[in-house]
Amino acid sequence: MMNTVSASLGAGTSTASRAIQLGAVALLGLFVVGFVGFSHAEIVHNAGHDYRHSMAFPCH
Amino acid sequence: MNLFRNAVFTAAIAGLFAGLVMTALQTYATVPLILQAETFEGAGMTGHDHGSAAVAAEAESEPTAAAHGHGGEAWAPADGFERFAFTALANIVTGIGFALVLVAASEFAGGIAGWRQGVFWGFAGFAIFTLAPGLGLPPELPAMPAADLMDRQVWWLGTVAATAAGLALIAFRGTAVISLIGVALIVVPHVLGAPQPASHESPVPAELHRQFVVAVTVTNLIFWVLLGGVVGMVRQHFIGAAANPSKSFA
Repeated sequence: MMNTVSASLGAGTSTASRAIQLGAVALLGLFVVGFVGFSHAEIVHNAGHDYRHSMAFPCH
Repeated sequence: MNLFRNAVFTAAIAGLFAGLVMTALQTYATVPLILQAETFEGAGMTGHDHGSAAVAAEAESEPTAAAHGHGGEAWAPADGFERFAFTALANIVTGIGFALVLVAASEFAGGIAGWRQGVFWGFAGFAIFTLAPGLGLPPELPAMPAADLMDRQVWWLGTVAATAAGLALIAFRGTAVISLIGVALIVVPHVLGAPQPASHESPVPAELHRQFVVAVTVTNLIFWVLLGGVVGMVRQHFIGAAANPSKSFA
């Protein structure tokens, strides 16, 4: 979805669209880290157990 | 030019590389200590999940808490290769996630000029995501008592956000007053204090925990320095080249 949005912007990307795209990049990253590292779903916790401990994320 | 795509591409390369290295480091430095600590699970009075007081206190509000370990009925990867594979996957996926955040933040600040500057962005990431939260909530091993999970996650996230904002104010807003506000933002979470368990008594030997704290901190430092360095290098070759015609970077 984001790809279609930014692809249509062409070469002369404005400051606003830069901010929107970078904001989307940051949100995507935070979502990924949040899901793997902080989800309370037990399956996610168990799969990433050693990872969470090794990253010093709050665990258990 | 497609900033979003290029940023994700850059982050994917850096995250993949740093995640793979991190997996190797953890296999050698942290996972053996985790496995050793797991042998103490059930040996102490606190059990696996929380301090006994914490379990009692939250029994009503969070009925699943008591089952929140790998002993329950939920699926867990089998020990050995499967467990290793999921740890590797988590490292790579979140490596890319952290890289996305690092790329976005650095592009907002004008972009990273090369691998050396990237290393400094990595140091910032290490300070924000490992050092600051680790002061109040040191890396913990299985079988160690801890305060309520949600409380700790909230403090962790708040500390990360405050430290990031504080560092940004110091680095990107020249005045002394604003820098002092930045320092205050970094200090405040530690004045408030991280949620602590009712008792720190644990069946896990203190020496094992000490080794673990050092191992986690050092492996994370290497991870972040690599992540920042690779972002700085990759950006120059991919995003930088793509962006040069419009001069919208740097």
